Amino acid sequence: MLEKGATAPDFELNATPDQKIKLKDFKGKNVILAFYPADWSPVCSDQMALYNEMLKYFNKYDAQIFGVSVDSVWCHLAFEENRKLHFPLLADFEPKGAVSKAYGVYDEELGESKRALFVIDKEGKIAWSYLSPIAVNPGADGILDALEELDKK
Amino acid sequence: MSTLRPEINNHDHIQGDDSASITIVEFGDYQCPYCGNAYPIMKEIEETFGHQIKFIFRHFPLANAHEYAFPAAIAAEAAGLQGKFWEMHDALYENQYRLNGDLFDELAETIGLDLEQFQQDSTSEEIKKKIEDDFDSGVRSGVNGTPSFYVNGSKFDGGATDLYQMLKESAE
Repeated sequence: MLEKGATAPDFELNATPDQKIKLKDFKGKNVILAFYPADWSPVCSDQMALYNEMLKYFNKYDAQIFGVSVDSVWCHLAFEENRKLHFPLLADFEPKGAVSKAYGVYDEELGESKRALFVIDKEGKIAWSYLSPIAVNPGADGILDALEELDKK
Repeated sequence: MSTLRPEINNHDHIQGDDSASITIVEFGDYQCPYCGNAYPIMKEIEETFGHQIKFIFRHFPLANAHEYAFPAAIAAEAAGLQGKFWEMHDALYENQYRLNGDLFDELAETIGLDLEQFQQDSTSEEIKKKIEDDFDSGVRSGVNGTPSFYVNGSKFDGGATDLYQMLKESAE
């Protein structure tokens, strides 16, 4: 897993069937990458549902959040619509898990991304990373602490 | 291990004995079914452990996922201004199965609130801020879903049933 200080590997992933997100386009902004195993976990304990409520916090720290899993764009679209998510979910779908692998957070056995968080600073360096046990939603306190730390610089 | 931030203070709704040795904080959402399931268990915990327990509820409405979560939190706080936070809290969970926008006034009448005052308080910015502050506290304390429990300031890894079990074991 990539740690603090490493350069965040660039990527280009679909957020919708016809919209691609390139990490390097977000230079000058803080970026949060939340890798997670799969769409459709139960709602009240769902990590993405929590982040969805926190967009104004992330905004305050000039940070853009992306969820990343190996689900396809169509699956992401249905999930976003069902949960009323207001931030992009990226499909690490083809080649499967390539970005998760580049960040060192791909579970070969399950064929899914691990549950991992990265905060990337405005220069594209990893400022904080965290690997959570697969069944444990890591919440958002770590992300906020990392963003606060960046804010002080 | 995540800890409760900020600590319990005079803005909190506290039930139970001041001298209780065990303090339980729940972050909850009135529309969340898991919180609804936890509600009778929390009552049982309070009954079983009586004076040993102090119970605090902070709001953690997942407003995008649950359209009535925030309005319900407002109703509880508005009732609180008339000294009936817990009555409304209980009524909301007991009627969670039929939660909708018309329910709040009905419950306010049932628990004997001054309805006009209740409706007026429900639009208060201060109440809105109190709920947002609770949410903020949850986020800072590492709440990752609802309900989330804190026992004597530390995040408890489990649901209400696990909490009951843990208390029972530690009492033995």
